[in-house]
Amino acid sequence: MSAFQVPIATNRCATGIPTGRLAIWWVLASEIVIFGGLVACYLLFRFRHPEWAAEAEHTKLAAGAINTFVLLTSSLFVVLAHVAASNKDTVNARKYLIWTILGGLIFLCVKAYEYTSEISHGYTITRSVFWAFYYTATALHGLHVIGGMTIMGLLLPDVAKGKNLQRVEYIGIYWHFVDVVWLFLFPLFYIASAAS
Amino acid sequence: MSDNAHSEGHVHSAKPYIRIYCILLVLLVISIVGPMMGGLTVMLVTAFGVAVVKALMVAAYFMHLNVEKKYIWYLLAMAAIFLAVMFFGVAPDVMNKDGVNWKRLDHSAPSSSTAPAHH
Repeated sequence: MSAFQVPIATNRCATGIPTGRLAIWWVLASEIVIFGGLVACYLLFRFRHPEWAAEAEHTKLAAGAINTFVLLTSSLFVVLAHVAASNKDTVNARKYLIWTILGGLIFLCVKAYEYTSEISHGYTITRSVFWAFYYTATALHGLHVIGGMTIMGLLLPDVAKGKNLQRVEYIGIYWHFVDVVWLFLFPLFYIASAAS
Repeated sequence: MSDNAHSEGHVHSAKPYIRIYCILLVLLVISIVGPMMGGLTVMLVTAFGVAVVKALMVAAYFMHLNVEKKYIWYLLAMAAIFLAVMFFGVAPDVMNKDGVNWKRLDHSAPSSSTAPAHH
C-alpha cells in the first residue's frame, strides 16, 4: 500500500485514542466555547433584566418539551446505531441512523412551526435583545442539527456496505453534544418563563 | 470497527442505554412539571439542576465519557476553564451599577434634562 493512499494522521495514535474520535472531541471542545459563550452572555443579560421573563412567556413550552423528547429519543437511536455497528450489524446500524435523521427532521419541523408562529405575532429577531438571543442560539443549534443529519446521510452508503463503521460512533458523539446543548437551551428560553 | 477501543472483542447490549433513556425521560417530566409548582428555588433545582444531571448522564453514558481516557477530560476541562475566565472576567463589569469615577447610564429611561426639545 502506498503511503499516499491513507493519510498519516489516521495511522498513528499517540494518545491511545483513535484519531477520528480525538478529532471529534477537539471539535466539541471548540463548540463548548461557542455555545457556552453565547449562553454565558445570555445569563449575564438575564440577571440584569428580570423583565425578560415577560418576553420569555411568549415562547412555546409544549413545543420545546416535544423537541427535547425528540432529541433525547434520537440520541437513543444513534447510540443504538453505535451498538449495532460495534456488533458489525450493518442493517440495524443503518436503520437506527435513518431513525436519528428522522428525529432531527421532526425537531426542525417543530422549530419551523415555532418560528412561524412567533414571527407572525411580531416576535422577530429585532424586537428585543431577548429575542435576538433566542433566535441566535436556537438557529445556531438548528444549523448543528442540519449538519449532523447531513453527515449521517453521507455515512449511510458506507454503513450499508460495512465500511468505516467507526464513523457511526464519531457522528454519535457529535449528535449527543447537540442534544446536550438543547438540554440547556430548553430551560433557559422555555422553562424559566413558565416559573416566573 | 477497526479503531474503536471501546468495542473490540465482545457483543454490546442495548439494554443499559434504554435504561438510561427511561431515566432521562423521567427527568424531563420533572424539569417541566417542577417549575410549575412555583418558587425560584424549586425552578432552579428542577429546571436547571435537572438539566445539568441530564447533560451529565448523556455525556457519561451515551458519549461514553465514563470510560474515555483522561486526555479527553483535560481537553473538555480546558474549554470549560476558558469559558469560566470569560464569564467571571466580564461579569463584574456587566453586573455592577457603578464604580470608581464611573456610573452606568440607563439608556432605557427617558432623560428630561438632556433630551433635545422637539419643535
